[in-house]
Amino acid sequence: MQVPILKQGDYLIASIQSVLSDADLLQLRDSLGDRVGKFRSRGVIIDVTVLDVIDSFATRMLRAIAHMLKLRGAETVIVGIQPDVAFAMVQLGLTLEGVGTALDLEEGLAYLDSVTKRTSLHER
Amino acid sequence: MNDDIQTYIRSAVDIVTARQLGRSLSLELGFNGADVTLVAAAISEVARNIVDHAKHGVIVMTLLNDGTRKGIQIIARDEGPGIPDVAQAMQYGYSTRKGLGVGLPGAKWLMDEFEIDSAVGKGTTITMRKWLI
Repeated sequence: MQVPILKQGDYLIASIQSVLSDADLLQLRDSLGDRVGKFRSRGVIIDVTVLDVIDSFATRMLRAIAHMLKLRGAETVIVGIQPDVAFAMVQLGLTLEGVGTALDLEEGLAYLDSVTKRTSLHER
Repeated sequence: MNDDIQTYIRSAVDIVTARQLGRSLSLELGFNGADVTLVAAAISEVARNIVDHAKHGVIVMTLLNDGTRKGIQIIARDEGPGIPDVAQAMQYGYSTRKGLGVGLPGAKWLMDEFEIDSAVGKGTTITMRKWLI
């Protein structure tokens, strides 16, 4: 199932609606890569609240998406990792090193506001 | 309680089917939310191992009851190339292909029991169990 991507000002919000197959994750990567360029987005929120499992492949893909978008000039934050899912990730030894995470959509927006503002201050 | 539930793994889509089946079986058995997720994640990793290395295989899930405790057994079987060095494959961070190298050792950490039986050219069978405490 395709992940809808909404544009919200300078940000994109990819809100995962159901369990994702590997192909869906690859498609998400490609569409985010395209749209960050098309909309000149500064930040991307990926909402994974509905995911029941984040396994090694999903972790690798989320990390790859975040790093790829960073190279395109956008910050990524993953929001909504459920407690049980987080626990299973820790048990599997999976980390999202170098990727922003936040509790929910609201915290994710606040996170992007803080990091994108900080970046532009540095640039001045 | 000896009914086996089989699910075939032929492509990445079947990984999702297998772990959802494992999730609902574990819930039925009485596992709590955290353990259900651990079982589903372990199934995801062994199913992915089949897709990545053997292309296709089968996962058999069985509800266990030895009189004193209940649990779930998951057997992932393929007739793929086999694992030449099981000890190396079970090293954290070791990957022959595109993975992170955490799949099989990770699955072992998630479950209570974990065994690999593999023969080069014949295939691999992974048996893992989690008990309800």
